[in-house]
Amino acid sequence: MSSGDPREPLPGRHEPFLGNAYEALNQGEDTRWAYGTGFADPLAGVDTRVPEGVDGADLAAYCLMLGDDALIMSHRLQEWCAHAPELEEEVALANIALDLLGQARLLLSRAGAADGSGSDEDALAFLREAGGFRNVHLVEAENGDFGQEMARLLVFATWRLALLDRLAGSRDPVLAAVAVKGVKEVAYHRDYAAGWVVRLGDGTSYSRRRIAEGLAAVWPSVPELFVPHEVESRLAAAGVGVDPATLREEFDAVIAHVLTTATLTPPAGPGGSAVPRGRDGTHTAALTRLLDEMQSVARAHPETTW
Amino acid sequence: MVSAREVAKAVPDPELPMLSLADLGILRDVEETEGGGVIVTITPTYSGCPAMDAIRADLSAALRAAGYAEVEVRTRLAPAWTTDWISEEGRRKLAGAGIAPPGPAPARRPGPVPLTLGPPRRRPGCPLCGSHDTEELSRFGATACKALWRCRTCREPFEHVKEL
Repeated sequence: MSSGDPREPLPGRHEPFLGNAYEALNQGEDTRWAYGTGFADPLAGVDTRVPEGVDGADLAAYCLMLGDDALIMSHRLQEWCAHAPELEEEVALANIALDLLGQARLLLSRAGAADGSGSDEDALAFLREAGGFRNVHLVEAENGDFGQEMARLLVFATWRLALLDRLAGSRDPVLAAVAVKGVKEVAYHRDYAAGWVVRLGDGTSYSRRRIAEGLAAVWPSVPELFVPHEVESRLAAAGVGVDPATLREEFDAVIAHVLTTATLTPPAGPGGSAVPRGRDGTHTAALTRLLDEMQSVARAHPETTW
Repeated sequence: MVSAREVAKAVPDPELPMLSLADLGILRDVEETEGGGVIVTITPTYSGCPAMDAIRADLSAALRAAGYAEVEVRTRLAPAWTTDWISEEGRRKLAGAGIAPPGPAPARRPGPVPLTLGPPRRRPGCPLCGSHDTEELSRFGATACKALWRCRTCREPFEHVKEL
């Protein structure tokens, strides 16, 4: 064998040759990788009994509503990876998406435990049709420019923070705990989005025009956030959920404060158009396209483990 | 045989390996069962922190290696973890590794969660030169728990575990 034979081991190389890079990464360390042996149940060891006097199916539907809001918003934010205007903003959007994904995992797991179906988070995220999703339309709309995303994130985080803050007093200890943790996280998300809305609004005439357009694009999705679904009303009456109509005052005050600081005025209301009913499973084609991508691997390889 | 509690306390955090789980303050309970098993209860740091799965696996592996046959890792969501639970020793280790430790977590007043526009009021000292003339570059960093800062005296960027 000549010294130039490419099959000869490199000098000093004592590692056995592994067939591919993934094997090399994966040696005995499966659980360090997302494609490893699978994530553990995020509610492992948590008491998931349904509180007295609460309908399990209602509680599950409610957890899907809040979980789907987080899951779909997280996915839209993940779509900014490799598309954000600056590396720092990309990292920020990915971090916010990760927080929301964590909230979604807990809430979907809680939904599966509450209705007795035993559906796990993966089945709920990857095997439901669009009509089974209960998120509001705000989060499913296709991404626009960065200004529009900051407008959407400001609206979403302001609304969700007000909601989670009230949910912290829920009679369901799992929802209460998810909410307490979520409040701290979403407070950072809201500060971030508000900072950008101020920077763009009170920036150049061009940045101001772009953020004003972004706000106008998002505004028609706002009324839906405050219309209670019958499940939300029943759970609010039972001391487990929050009536979204009660969030409007805080939402308006925060948005007014941010827009005033940004020297912007709120866009005109959508006026007369019917309020969409994402909570009932009525969605736009944008959600179908999102799910096509998000669910494609799970559907192409059902039950596969790596 | 080393006690299960001592083994669990010494497991390093996968993303901040200079800290043990005891330093980080996420170990709630370590209970040895009659059949030679262990039940460990931990509290998540952030809802979506991917290190939690690695921590469960590392706890399991360390306790098995120490001779405990059955290891169960449970989650406790309430009370929620706060950076106030990072030990004094943990704060020293963070600073020693060039990461500014968190200040006290903000106390919650009654009423709506306050909005913070503009730079944070509290500025961490530079872990490299000690100057307090520092500025926030981004509130989000390489992991969920850290923000990116820069020292205006020595000009070095540094990470800061943000208050939660």
